[in-house]
Amino acid sequence: MTNASASPAAGRARPRVGWKVGSLPGFGPTLGVTLTYLSLIVLIPLAGLVLKTAELSWSDFWRTISGPRALATYRISFGGALIAAVINAVLGFIVAWTLARYKFRGKGLVDALVDLPLALPTAVAGIALTAIYSKNGWLGSHLEPHGIHIAFAPAGVIVAMIFVGLPFVVRTVQPVILDLDSQIEEAAAVLGATRAQAFRKVIFPPLIPSLMTGFALAFARGVGEYGSIVFISGNKPMETEIVPLLIVTKLEQYDYTGATALAVVMLSGSFLLLMLINVLQAWSRKGRHG
Amino acid sequence: MAEVAEDTAAHLGVFVPPNEPRTPIVTVTETWPVRALLIGISVGFLALFVVLPIASVFVEAFAKGLGTYLAKLKDPDALAAIRLTLTTAAIAVPLNVVFGVAAAWLIAKYRFPGKTLLVTLIDLPFSISPVVSGLIYVLMFGGRGVLGPWLEDHDISIIFATPGIILATIFITFPFVAREVLPLMQEQGNDEEEAALTLGASGWRIFFQVTLPKIKWGVLYGVILCNARAMGEFGAVSVVSGHIRGRTNTIPLQVEILYNEYDTVGAFALASLLMLLAFATLVAKKVIESRQVHHR
Repeated sequence: MTNASASPAAGRARPRVGWKVGSLPGFGPTLGVTLTYLSLIVLIPLAGLVLKTAELSWSDFWRTISGPRALATYRISFGGALIAAVINAVLGFIVAWTLARYKFRGKGLVDALVDLPLALPTAVAGIALTAIYSKNGWLGSHLEPHGIHIAFAPAGVIVAMIFVGLPFVVRTVQPVILDLDSQIEEAAAVLGATRAQAFRKVIFPPLIPSLMTGFALAFARGVGEYGSIVFISGNKPMETEIVPLLIVTKLEQYDYTGATALAVVMLSGSFLLLMLINVLQAWSRKGRHG
Repeated sequence: MAEVAEDTAAHLGVFVPPNEPRTPIVTVTETWPVRALLIGISVGFLALFVVLPIASVFVEAFAKGLGTYLAKLKDPDALAAIRLTLTTAAIAVPLNVVFGVAAAWLIAKYRFPGKTLLVTLIDLPFSISPVVSGLIYVLMFGGRGVLGPWLEDHDISIIFATPGIILATIFITFPFVAREVLPLMQEQGNDEEEAALTLGASGWRIFFQVTLPKIKWGVLYGVILCNARAMGEFGAVSVVSGHIRGRTNTIPLQVEILYNEYDTVGAFALASLLMLLAFATLVAKKVIESRQVHHR
Protein backbone atom coordinates (compact mmCIF):
# COMPACT_ATOMS: atom_id res chain seq x y z
CA MET A 1 0.00 0.00 0.00
CA THR A 2 2.72 2.47 -0.85
CA ASN A 3 0.28 4.34 -3.04
CA ALA A 4 -1.97 5.36 -0.18
CA SER A 5 0.14 8.37 0.61
CA ALA A 6 0.85 9.25 -3.03
CA SER A 7 -0.96 12.08 -4.72
CA PRO A 8 -4.56 11.34 -5.68
CA ALA A 9 -3.77 12.27 -9.30
CA ALA A 10 -1.35 9.38 -9.56
CA GLY A 11 -4.05 6.99 -8.45
CA ARG A 12 -6.57 8.38 -10.93
CA ALA A 13 -4.18 8.23 -13.84
CA ARG A 14 -3.99 4.46 -13.62
CA PRO A 15 -6.42 2.97 -16.12
CA ARG A 16 -9.09 0.87 -14.51
CA VAL A 17 -11.78 -1.14 -16.14
CA GLY A 18 -15.45 -0.75 -15.45
CA TRP A 19 -17.85 2.16 -15.22
CA LYS A 20 -17.92 4.99 -12.73
CA VAL A 21 -20.22 7.70 -13.94
CA GLY A 22 -21.01 9.09 -10.50
CA SER A 23 -23.36 11.98 -9.85
CA LEU A 24 -21.90 14.73 -12.04
CA PRO A 25 -24.18 15.50 -14.96
CA GLY A 26 -22.97 15.60 -18.54
CA PHE A 27 -21.89 12.03 -19.23
CA GLY A 28 -24.45 11.52 -22.00
CA PRO A 29 -23.95 14.82 -23.85
CA THR A 30 -20.13 14.80 -23.67
CA LEU A 31 -20.02 11.15 -24.73
CA GLY A 32 -22.35 12.00 -27.62
CA VAL A 33 -20.35 15.01 -28.78
CA THR A 34 -17.02 13.22 -28.49
CA LEU A 35 -18.07 10.05 -30.27
CA THR A 36 -19.96 11.86 -33.04
CA TYR A 37 -17.05 14.18 -33.68
CA LEU A 38 -14.45 11.44 -33.62
CA SER A 39 -16.58 9.28 -35.91
CA LEU A 40 -17.02 12.04 -38.48
CA ILE A 41 -13.48 13.37 -38.37
CA VAL A 42 -11.40 10.28 -37.66
CA LEU A 43 -13.18 6.95 -37.84
CA ILE A 44 -15.11 7.34 -41.10
CA PRO A 45 -12.10 8.66 -43.07
CA LEU A 46 -9.89 5.98 -41.51
CA ALA A 47 -12.44 3.41 -42.65
CA GLY A 48 -11.74 4.65 -46.17
CA LEU A 49 -8.09 3.78 -45.72
CA VAL A 50 -8.97 0.34 -44.39
CA LEU A 51 -11.40 -0.34 -47.27
CA LYS A 52 -8.85 0.80 -49.86
CA THR A 53 -6.16 -1.33 -48.25
CA ALA A 54 -8.48 -4.34 -48.35
CA GLU A 55 -8.76 -3.88 -52.13
CA LEU A 56 -5.01 -4.40 -52.46
CA SER A 57 -3.78 -7.88 -53.16
CA TRP A 58 -0.83 -8.98 -51.06
CA SER A 59 1.48 -9.20 -54.08
CA ASP A 60 0.52 -5.70 -55.32
CA PHE A 61 1.01 -4.36 -51.84
CA TRP A 62 4.41 -5.98 -51.52
CA ARG A 63 5.49 -4.84 -54.99
CA THR A 64 4.59 -1.22 -54.21
CA ILE A 65 6.27 -1.05 -50.85
CA SER A 66 9.43 -2.94 -51.81
CA GLY A 67 10.20 -1.30 -55.16
CA PRO A 68 13.60 0.40 -55.48
CA ARG A 69 12.06 3.90 -55.49
CA ALA A 70 10.04 3.16 -52.35
CA LEU A 71 13.08 1.66 -50.62
CA ALA A 72 15.08 4.80 -51.46
CA THR A 73 12.40 6.98 -49.85
CA TYR A 74 12.50 4.91 -46.63
CA ARG A 75 16.24 5.40 -46.52
CA ILE A 76 15.92 9.18 -46.91
CA SER A 77 12.94 9.55 -44.55
CA PHE A 78 13.98 7.21 -41.76
CA GLY A 79 17.75 7.66 -42.16
CA GLY A 80 17.48 11.44 -42.42
CA ALA A 81 15.13 11.62 -39.43
CA LEU A 82 17.54 9.44 -37.42
CA ILE A 83 20.53 11.71 -38.14
CA ALA A 84 18.45 14.84 -37.47
CA ALA A 85 17.15 13.38 -34.19
CA VAL A 86 20.69 12.49 -33.04
CA ILE A 87 21.88 16.05 -33.79
CA ASN A 88 18.82 17.43 -32.01
CA ALA A 89 19.44 15.14 -29.04
CA VAL A 90 23.01 16.39 -28.58
CA LEU A 91 22.45 20.10 -29.29
CA GLY A 92 18.97 20.11 -27.72
CA PHE A 93 20.43 18.65 -24.53
CA ILE A 94 23.02 21.43 -24.40
CA VAL A 95 20.31 24.08 -24.99
CA ALA A 96 18.13 22.53 -22.27
CA TRP A 97 21.09 22.46 -19.87
CA THR A 98 22.10 26.08 -20.46
CA LEU A 99 18.50 27.27 -20.14
CA ALA A 100 17.92 25.30 -16.96
CA ARG A 101 21.23 25.96 -15.21
CA TYR A 102 22.90 29.17 -16.37
CA LYS A 103 22.02 32.83 -16.25
CA PHE A 104 23.04 34.88 -19.26
CA ARG A 105 21.84 37.93 -21.12
CA GLY A 106 19.19 37.16 -23.71
CA LYS A 107 18.21 33.89 -22.04
CA GLY A 108 14.50 34.76 -22.16
CA LEU A 109 14.74 35.33 -25.90
CA VAL A 110 16.61 32.07 -26.48
CA ASP A 111 13.95 30.26 -24.46
CA ALA A 112 11.18 31.81 -26.57
CA LEU A 113 12.96 31.04 -29.85
CA VAL A 114 13.03 27.32 -29.02
CA ASP A 115 9.25 27.19 -29.59
CA LEU A 116 9.30 28.96 -32.95
CA PRO A 117 9.45 25.77 -35.06
CA LEU A 118 6.18 24.67 -33.42
CA ALA A 119 4.46 27.97 -34.23
CA LEU A 120 5.90 28.63 -37.68
CA PRO A 121 4.10 27.08 -40.66
CA THR A 122 6.39 24.54 -42.27
CA ALA A 123 6.08 26.05 -45.74
CA VAL A 124 7.63 29.27 -44.42
CA ALA A 125 10.46 27.33 -42.81
CA GLY A 126 10.95 25.49 -46.09
CA ILE A 127 11.34 28.54 -48.31
CA ALA A 128 13.44 30.39 -45.72
CA LEU A 129 15.90 27.50 -45.29
CA THR A 130 16.07 27.03 -49.07
CA ALA A 131 16.83 30.72 -49.56
CA ILE A 132 19.63 30.55 -46.98
CA TYR A 133 21.29 27.40 -48.33
CA SER A 134 20.77 27.78 -52.09
CA LYS A 135 23.80 28.82 -54.12
CA ASN A 136 23.01 32.55 -53.92
CA GLY A 137 21.95 32.38 -50.28
CA TRP A 138 23.64 33.75 -47.17
CA LEU A 139 25.26 30.43 -46.27
CA GLY A 140 24.93 28.59 -49.57
CA SER A 141 27.11 31.15 -51.35
CA HIS A 142 29.93 30.32 -48.94
CA LEU A 143 29.37 26.56 -48.85
CA GLU A 144 28.70 25.72 -52.50
CA PRO A 145 32.16 26.86 -53.75
CA HIS A 146 33.66 24.32 -51.34
CA GLY A 147 31.54 21.57 -52.80
CA ILE A 148 29.20 21.45 -49.80
CA HIS A 149 25.64 21.15 -51.11
CA ILE A 150 22.78 21.51 -48.66
CA ALA A 151 19.82 22.84 -50.66
CA PHE A 152 18.56 20.29 -53.21
CA ALA A 153 20.72 17.59 -51.60
CA PRO A 154 20.15 14.99 -48.85
CA ALA A 155 21.78 17.34 -46.33
CA GLY A 156 18.92 19.79 -46.95
CA VAL A 157 16.39 17.15 -45.89
CA ILE A 158 18.32 16.73 -42.65
CA VAL A 159 18.53 20.51 -42.07
CA ALA A 160 14.74 20.81 -42.44
CA MET A 161 14.21 17.84 -40.10
CA ILE A 162 16.53 19.41 -37.50
CA PHE A 163 14.48 22.60 -37.67
CA VAL A 164 11.08 20.96 -37.16
CA GLY A 165 12.36 18.60 -34.42
CA LEU A 166 14.32 21.25 -32.51
CA PRO A 167 11.79 22.01 -29.73
CA PHE A 168 11.12 18.41 -28.73
CA VAL A 169 14.37 17.41 -27.01
CA VAL A 170 14.74 20.81 -25.31
CA ARG A 171 11.18 20.82 -24.00
CA THR A 172 11.23 17.25 -22.71
CA VAL A 173 14.67 17.46 -21.03
CA GLN A 174 14.55 21.02 -19.63
CA PRO A 175 11.88 20.41 -16.92
CA VAL A 176 13.65 17.23 -15.78
CA ILE A 177 16.95 19.11 -15.35
CA LEU A 178 15.09 21.75 -13.34
CA ASP A 179 13.63 18.98 -11.17
CA LEU A 180 17.01 17.41 -10.38
CA ASP A 181 17.89 17.43 -6.71
CA SER A 182 21.04 19.54 -6.39
CA GLN A 183 21.91 17.83 -3.10
CA ILE A 184 22.96 14.72 -4.99
CA GLU A 185 25.47 16.70 -7.03
CA GLU A 186 26.73 18.37 -3.89
CA ALA A 187 27.14 15.01 -2.24
CA ALA A 188 29.10 13.77 -5.26
CA ALA A 189 31.35 16.83 -5.07
CA VAL A 190 31.84 16.45 -1.33
CA LEU A 191 32.73 12.81 -1.79
CA GLY A 192 35.47 13.85 -4.19
CA ALA A 193 33.98 13.32 -7.65
CA THR A 194 35.17 15.62 -10.38
CA ARG A 195 32.49 17.60 -12.21
CA ALA A 196 32.80 15.27 -15.22
CA GLN A 197 32.42 12.18 -13.02
CA ALA A 198 29.44 13.72 -11.23
CA PHE A 199 27.83 14.49 -14.58
CA ARG A 200 28.43 11.02 -16.01
CA LYS A 201 27.47 9.00 -12.96
CA VAL A 202 25.01 11.16 -11.02
CA ILE A 203 23.40 13.80 -13.22
CA PHE A 204 23.07 12.16 -16.61
CA PRO A 205 21.46 8.77 -15.77
CA PRO A 206 18.16 10.22 -14.50
CA LEU A 207 17.95 12.39 -17.63
CA ILE A 208 18.23 9.47 -20.07
CA PRO A 209 14.48 8.61 -20.23
CA SER A 210 13.45 12.17 -21.02
CA LEU A 211 16.27 12.49 -23.54
CA MET A 212 15.10 9.30 -25.23
CA THR A 213 11.50 10.58 -25.27
CA GLY A 214 12.60 13.84 -26.86
CA PHE A 215 14.70 11.91 -29.36
CA ALA A 216 11.76 9.69 -30.31
CA LEU A 217 9.41 12.68 -30.68
CA ALA A 218 11.92 14.54 -32.85
CA PHE A 219 12.44 11.39 -34.93
CA ALA A 220 8.69 10.91 -35.42
CA ARG A 221 8.28 14.53 -36.41
CA GLY A 222 11.11 14.23 -38.93
CA VAL A 223 9.70 11.07 -40.52
CA GLY A 224 6.28 12.65 -41.05
CA GLU A 225 7.51 16.09 -42.10
CA TYR A 226 6.50 17.24 -45.57
CA GLY A 227 5.99 21.01 -45.81
CA SER A 228 9.51 22.24 -45.22
CA ILE A 229 11.28 19.36 -46.98
CA VAL A 230 9.54 19.64 -50.35
CA PHE A 231 11.12 23.06 -50.83
CA ILE A 232 14.68 22.38 -49.76
CA SER A 233 15.12 18.81 -51.01
CA GLY A 234 14.66 19.36 -54.74
CA ASN A 235 12.55 16.18 -54.73
CA LYS A 236 14.85 14.02 -56.84
CA PRO A 237 13.63 10.40 -56.98
CA MET A 238 16.10 7.91 -55.47
CA GLU A 239 18.13 10.76 -54.00
CA THR A 240 16.16 13.27 -51.94
CA GLU A 241 12.60 11.96 -52.21
CA ILE A 242 10.85 11.31 -48.88
CA VAL A 243 8.00 8.87 -48.25
CA PRO A 244 5.26 11.55 -47.86
CA LEU A 245 6.31 13.07 -51.19
CA LEU A 246 6.11 9.72 -52.96
CA ILE A 247 2.59 9.34 -51.55
CA VAL A 248 1.64 12.75 -52.97
CA THR A 249 3.22 11.87 -56.33
CA LYS A 250 1.23 8.65 -56.50
CA LEU A 251 -1.97 10.52 -55.59
CA GLU A 252 -1.34 13.06 -58.34
CA GLN A 253 -1.04 10.16 -60.79
CA TYR A 254 -4.34 8.80 -59.43
CA ASP A 255 -2.47 5.72 -58.17
CA TYR A 256 -4.65 5.49 -55.07
CA THR A 257 -3.63 1.91 -54.30
CA GLY A 258 0.08 2.75 -54.40
CA ALA A 259 -0.47 5.78 -52.16
CA THR A 260 -2.53 3.66 -49.77
CA ALA A 261 0.13 0.96 -49.54
CA LEU A 262 2.82 3.50 -48.67
CA ALA A 263 0.49 5.19 -46.18
CA VAL A 264 -0.02 1.83 -44.46
CA VAL A 265 3.77 1.47 -44.13
CA MET A 266 4.01 4.98 -42.64
CA LEU A 267 1.06 4.40 -40.31
CA SER A 268 2.56 1.15 -39.03
CA GLY A 269 5.84 2.95 -38.41
CA SER A 270 4.06 5.81 -36.60
CA PHE A 271 2.07 3.37 -34.51
CA LEU A 272 5.22 1.54 -33.38
CA LEU A 273 6.84 4.87 -32.56
CA LEU A 274 3.78 6.03 -30.61
CA MET A 275 3.91 2.88 -28.50
CA LEU A 276 7.64 3.34 -27.95
CA ILE A 277 7.10 6.97 -26.89
CA ASN A 278 4.35 5.94 -24.45
CA VAL A 279 6.64 3.34 -22.89
CA LEU A 280 9.49 5.87 -22.66
CA GLN A 281 7.23 8.45 -21.07
CA ALA A 282 6.00 5.97 -18.50
CA TRP A 283 9.64 5.11 -17.77
CA SER A 284 10.48 8.81 -17.56
CA ARG A 285 7.66 9.45 -15.05
CA LYS A 286 8.77 6.49 -12.97
CA GLY A 287 12.33 7.86 -12.97
CA ARG A 288 11.10 11.21 -11.75
CA HIS A 289 8.62 10.23 -9.09
CA GLY A 290 9.34 6.61 -8.26
CA MET B 1 28.77 21.38 10.35
CA ALA B 2 25.13 21.13 11.29
CA GLU B 3 24.19 21.52 7.65
CA VAL B 4 26.49 18.76 6.53
CA ALA B 5 24.99 16.50 9.16
CA GLU B 6 21.51 17.37 7.95
CA ASP B 7 22.39 16.65 4.34
CA THR B 8 23.98 13.37 5.23
CA ALA B 9 20.86 12.55 7.20
CA ALA B 10 18.78 13.30 4.11
CA HIS B 11 20.84 10.94 2.02
CA LEU B 12 20.60 8.20 4.57
CA GLY B 13 16.84 8.47 4.26
CA VAL B 14 16.27 10.26 7.56
CA PHE B 15 13.31 12.62 7.46
CA VAL B 16 14.21 16.25 6.79
CA PRO B 17 11.35 18.75 6.55
CA PRO B 18 10.87 19.82 2.94
CA ASN B 19 11.20 23.41 1.75
CA GLU B 20 13.52 24.24 4.58
CA PRO B 21 15.85 26.97 3.33
CA ARG B 22 19.31 25.55 2.99
CA THR B 23 22.60 26.81 1.66
CA PRO B 24 24.52 24.48 -0.61
CA ILE B 25 27.58 22.94 1.02
CA VAL B 26 29.62 23.44 -2.11
CA THR B 27 28.74 25.33 -5.22
CA VAL B 28 28.37 22.83 -8.00
CA THR B 29 28.53 24.17 -11.49
CA GLU B 30 30.85 23.99 -14.44
CA THR B 31 34.00 26.09 -14.75
CA TRP B 32 33.47 29.30 -16.68
CA PRO B 33 35.11 28.16 -19.95
CA VAL B 34 32.76 25.17 -20.06
CA ARG B 35 29.78 27.40 -19.28
CA ALA B 36 30.79 29.89 -21.96
CA LEU B 37 31.28 27.09 -24.48
CA LEU B 38 27.87 25.53 -23.76
CA ILE B 39 26.08 28.90 -23.88
CA GLY B 40 27.94 29.64 -27.12
CA ILE B 41 26.82 26.34 -28.67
CA SER B 42 23.19 26.94 -27.62
CA VAL B 43 23.06 30.48 -28.90
CA GLY B 44 24.88 29.49 -32.09
CA PHE B 45 22.52 26.57 -32.75
CA LEU B 46 19.42 28.72 -32.34
CA ALA B 47 20.94 31.59 -34.32
CA LEU B 48 21.71 29.25 -37.21
CA PHE B 49 18.43 27.34 -37.22
CA VAL B 50 15.88 29.88 -35.97
CA VAL B 51 17.14 33.47 -36.16
CA LEU B 52 18.64 33.17 -39.65
CA PRO B 53 15.41 31.83 -41.23
CA ILE B 54 13.37 34.58 -39.51
CA ALA B 55 15.72 37.25 -40.84
CA SER B 56 15.75 35.79 -44.33
CA VAL B 57 11.94 35.87 -44.57
CA PHE B 58 11.80 39.61 -43.88
CA VAL B 59 14.88 40.47 -45.96
CA GLU B 60 13.49 38.61 -48.99
CA ALA B 61 9.99 40.04 -48.49
CA PHE B 62 11.27 43.63 -48.50
CA ALA B 63 13.97 43.00 -51.14
CA LYS B 64 12.20 45.29 -53.61
CA GLY B 65 10.94 47.84 -51.13
CA LEU B 66 7.81 48.43 -49.13
CA GLY B 67 5.73 49.36 -52.19
CA THR B 68 6.26 46.00 -53.90
CA TYR B 69 5.69 44.20 -50.60
CA LEU B 70 2.29 45.84 -50.11
CA ALA B 71 1.37 45.35 -53.79
CA LYS B 72 2.08 41.62 -53.45
CA LEU B 73 -0.19 41.40 -50.43
CA LYS B 74 -2.99 43.21 -52.29
CA ASP B 75 -2.87 40.79 -55.21
CA PRO B 76 -6.38 39.29 -55.63
CA ASP B 77 -5.10 35.71 -55.37
CA ALA B 78 -3.20 36.59 -52.20
CA LEU B 79 -6.30 38.22 -50.74
CA ALA B 80 -8.38 35.17 -51.67
CA ALA B 81 -5.81 32.94 -49.93
CA ILE B 82 -5.91 35.13 -46.81
CA ARG B 83 -9.71 35.01 -46.83
CA LEU B 84 -9.78 31.21 -47.19
CA THR B 85 -7.26 30.77 -44.38
CA LEU B 86 -9.27 33.02 -42.05
CA THR B 87 -12.53 31.24 -42.95
CA THR B 88 -10.98 27.82 -42.35
CA ALA B 89 -9.62 28.82 -38.95
CA ALA B 90 -12.90 30.53 -38.02
CA ILE B 91 -14.75 27.24 -38.57
CA ALA B 92 -12.16 24.72 -37.40
CA VAL B 93 -11.07 26.41 -34.16
CA PRO B 94 -14.51 26.89 -32.49
CA LEU B 95 -15.57 23.34 -33.40
CA ASN B 96 -12.36 22.00 -31.92
CA VAL B 97 -12.92 24.02 -28.74
CA VAL B 98 -16.36 22.46 -28.24
CA PHE B 99 -14.99 18.99 -28.95
CA GLY B 100 -11.85 19.50 -26.85
CA VAL B 101 -13.74 20.67 -23.76
CA ALA B 102 -16.43 17.98 -24.12
CA ALA B 103 -13.83 15.23 -24.57
CA ALA B 104 -11.77 16.51 -21.63
CA TRP B 105 -14.87 16.59 -19.39
CA LEU B 106 -15.81 13.07 -20.47
CA ILE B 107 -12.33 11.65 -19.86
CA ALA B 108 -11.58 13.57 -16.65
CA LYS B 109 -14.90 13.15 -14.85
CA TYR B 110 -16.04 9.61 -15.63
CA ARG B 111 -14.66 6.11 -15.81
CA PHE B 112 -15.80 3.88 -18.64
CA PRO B 113 -14.41 1.05 -20.76
CA GLY B 114 -12.43 2.11 -23.82
CA LYS B 115 -11.14 5.30 -22.26
CA THR B 116 -7.49 4.53 -23.06
CA LEU B 117 -8.42 3.87 -26.67
CA LEU B 118 -10.24 7.20 -26.77
CA VAL B 119 -7.18 9.05 -25.48
CA THR B 120 -5.01 7.30 -28.08
CA LEU B 121 -7.44 8.29 -30.85
CA ILE B 122 -7.27 11.92 -29.73
CA ASP B 123 -3.48 11.82 -30.01
CA LEU B 124 -3.58 10.25 -33.47
CA PRO B 125 -3.19 13.41 -35.60
CA PHE B 126 -0.01 14.27 -33.70
CA SER B 127 1.61 11.02 -34.62
CA ILE B 128 0.74 10.55 -38.28
CA SER B 129 2.24 12.40 -41.20
CA PRO B 130 0.11 15.34 -42.39
CA VAL B 131 0.21 13.84 -45.89
CA VAL B 132 -1.38 10.63 -44.62
CA SER B 133 -4.02 12.72 -42.82
CA GLY B 134 -4.92 14.38 -46.11
CA LEU B 135 -4.78 11.06 -47.93
CA ILE B 136 -7.42 9.39 -45.76
CA TYR B 137 -9.89 12.13 -46.77
CA VAL B 138 -9.06 11.68 -50.45
CA LEU B 139 -9.56 7.92 -50.13
CA MET B 140 -12.98 8.48 -48.56
CA PHE B 141 -14.37 11.51 -50.39
CA GLY B 142 -12.19 11.84 -53.53
CA GLY B 143 -13.38 11.10 -57.09
CA ARG B 144 -12.16 7.51 -56.85
CA GLY B 145 -12.72 7.32 -53.12
CA VAL B 146 -15.17 5.12 -51.27
CA LEU B 147 -17.93 7.75 -51.25
CA GLY B 148 -16.73 9.49 -54.45
CA PRO B 149 -19.41 8.24 -56.89
CA TRP B 150 -22.23 8.88 -54.43
CA LEU B 151 -21.01 12.43 -53.72
CA GLU B 152 -20.71 13.08 -57.45
CA ASP B 153 -24.29 11.92 -58.04
CA HIS B 154 -25.48 14.36 -55.42
CA ASP B 155 -23.27 17.15 -56.73
CA ILE B 156 -21.35 17.54 -53.49
CA SER B 157 -17.67 18.35 -53.78
CA ILE B 158 -15.47 17.92 -50.75
CA ILE B 159 -12.03 17.14 -52.15
CA PHE B 160 -10.48 19.95 -54.22
CA ALA B 161 -12.97 22.30 -52.55
CA THR B 162 -13.32 24.31 -49.36
CA PRO B 163 -15.10 21.57 -47.29
CA GLY B 164 -12.12 19.25 -47.76
CA ILE B 165 -9.70 21.94 -46.64
CA ILE B 166 -11.79 22.62 -43.55
CA LEU B 167 -12.15 18.90 -42.74
CA ALA B 168 -8.42 18.23 -43.10
CA THR B 169 -7.65 21.28 -40.95
CA ILE B 170 -10.07 20.12 -38.25
CA PHE B 171 -8.44 16.69 -38.27
CA ILE B 172 -4.90 18.09 -37.95
CA THR B 173 -5.81 20.50 -35.13
CA PHE B 174 -8.43 18.72 -33.01
CA PRO B 175 -6.07 17.43 -30.30
CA PHE B 176 -4.74 20.85 -29.24
CA VAL B 177 -7.59 22.03 -26.99
CA ALA B 178 -8.33 18.58 -25.55
CA ARG B 179 -4.60 18.02 -24.81
CA GLU B 180 -4.34 21.31 -22.89
CA VAL B 181 -7.62 21.09 -20.97
CA LEU B 182 -7.58 17.38 -20.02
CA PRO B 183 -4.52 17.48 -17.67
CA LEU B 184 -5.91 20.60 -15.99
CA MET B 185 -9.28 18.94 -15.30
CA GLN B 186 -7.59 15.76 -14.07
CA GLU B 187 -5.37 17.74 -11.74
CA GLN B 188 -8.22 19.78 -10.31
CA GLY B 189 -10.48 16.84 -9.51
CA ASN B 190 -14.27 16.95 -9.06
CA ASP B 191 -14.70 18.20 -5.50
CA GLU B 192 -15.86 21.72 -6.35
CA GLU B 193 -18.20 20.48 -9.08
CA GLU B 194 -19.73 17.96 -6.70
CA ALA B 195 -20.17 20.66 -4.05
CA ALA B 196 -21.97 22.86 -6.60
CA LEU B 197 -24.18 19.90 -7.53
CA THR B 198 -25.09 19.30 -3.88
CA LEU B 199 -26.03 22.97 -3.61
CA GLY B 200 -28.45 22.45 -6.49
CA ALA B 201 -26.62 23.92 -9.49
CA SER B 202 -27.53 22.64 -12.93
CA GLY B 203 -24.98 20.99 -15.23
CA TRP B 204 -24.49 24.07 -17.42
CA ARG B 205 -24.24 26.32 -14.38
CA ILE B 206 -21.57 24.06 -12.86
CA PHE B 207 -19.65 24.15 -16.11
CA PHE B 208 -19.80 27.91 -16.65
CA GLN B 209 -19.42 29.08 -13.06
CA VAL B 210 -17.23 26.42 -11.48
CA THR B 211 -15.25 24.56 -14.13
CA LEU B 212 -14.71 27.15 -16.86
CA PRO B 213 -13.02 29.75 -14.61
CA LYS B 214 -10.54 27.05 -13.56
CA ILE B 215 -9.70 25.91 -17.07
CA LYS B 216 -10.02 29.15 -19.06
CA TRP B 217 -6.26 29.70 -19.48
CA GLY B 218 -5.82 26.14 -20.64
CA VAL B 219 -8.63 26.58 -23.16
CA LEU B 220 -7.07 29.81 -24.42
CA TYR B 221 -3.65 28.18 -24.68
CA GLY B 222 -5.18 25.35 -26.71
CA VAL B 223 -7.02 27.85 -28.93
CA ILE B 224 -3.80 29.72 -29.69
CA LEU B 225 -1.88 26.59 -30.64
CA CYS B 226 -4.86 25.22 -32.58
CA ASN B 227 -5.24 28.49 -34.49
CA ALA B 228 -1.54 28.70 -35.38
CA ARG B 229 -1.60 25.19 -36.78
CA ALA B 230 -4.95 25.70 -38.55
CA MET B 231 -3.67 28.76 -40.38
CA GLY B 232 -0.28 27.27 -41.18
CA GLU B 233 -1.04 23.65 -42.08
CA PHE B 234 0.55 22.65 -45.37
CA GLY B 235 0.84 18.90 -45.95
CA ALA B 236 -2.71 17.75 -45.25
CA VAL B 237 -4.33 20.76 -46.89
CA SER B 238 -2.05 20.46 -49.90
CA VAL B 239 -3.26 16.90 -50.55
CA VAL B 240 -6.99 17.78 -50.46
CA SER B 241 -6.93 21.26 -51.97
CA GLY B 242 -6.19 20.71 -55.66
CA HIS B 243 -4.34 24.05 -55.68
CA ILE B 244 -6.99 26.01 -57.56
CA ARG B 245 -5.72 29.57 -57.59
CA GLY B 246 -7.99 32.12 -55.95
CA ARG B 247 -10.36 29.35 -54.83
CA THR B 248 -8.73 26.55 -52.87
CA ASN B 249 -5.36 28.02 -51.97
CA THR B 250 -4.71 28.85 -48.35
CA ILE B 251 -1.82 31.17 -47.48
CA PRO B 252 0.78 28.37 -47.17
CA LEU B 253 -0.32 26.85 -50.50
CA GLN B 254 -0.22 30.24 -52.21
CA VAL B 255 3.31 30.68 -50.81
CA GLU B 256 4.29 27.41 -52.50
CA ILE B 257 2.78 28.36 -55.86
CA LEU B 258 4.43 31.79 -55.90
CA TYR B 259 7.75 30.31 -54.85
CA ASN B 260 7.65 27.67 -57.58
CA GLU B 261 6.88 30.42 -60.10
CA TYR B 262 10.02 32.29 -58.98
CA ASP B 263 7.90 35.14 -57.55
CA THR B 264 10.22 35.23 -54.54
CA VAL B 265 9.04 38.58 -53.21
CA GLY B 266 5.40 37.52 -53.45
CA ALA B 267 6.07 34.20 -51.69
CA PHE B 268 8.07 35.80 -48.89
CA ALA B 269 5.58 38.67 -48.50
CA LEU B 270 2.81 36.16 -47.73
CA ALA B 271 5.26 34.10 -45.66
CA SER B 272 6.00 37.19 -43.58
CA LEU B 273 2.32 37.30 -42.56
CA LEU B 274 2.63 33.73 -41.28
CA MET B 275 5.86 34.68 -39.51
CA LEU B 276 4.00 37.50 -37.73
CA LEU B 277 1.32 34.97 -36.78
CA ALA B 278 4.04 32.75 -35.30
CA PHE B 279 5.42 35.70 -33.29
CA ALA B 280 1.93 36.57 -32.02
CA THR B 281 1.44 32.92 -31.05
CA LEU B 282 4.68 32.80 -29.09
CA VAL B 283 3.94 36.09 -27.28
CA ALA B 284 0.41 34.96 -26.39
CA LYS B 285 1.83 31.64 -25.19
CA LYS B 286 4.33 33.38 -22.89
CA VAL B 287 1.62 35.68 -21.48
CA ILE B 288 -0.68 32.75 -20.76
CA GLU B 289 2.14 30.72 -19.20
CA SER B 290 2.94 33.58 -16.80
CA ARG B 291 -0.78 33.92 -15.94
CA GLN B 292 -1.04 30.21 -15.22
CA VAL B 293 1.94 30.41 -12.89
CA HIS B 294 0.43 33.37 -11.03
CA HIS B 295 -2.90 31.64 -10.63
CA ARG B 296 -1.44 28.57 -9.00
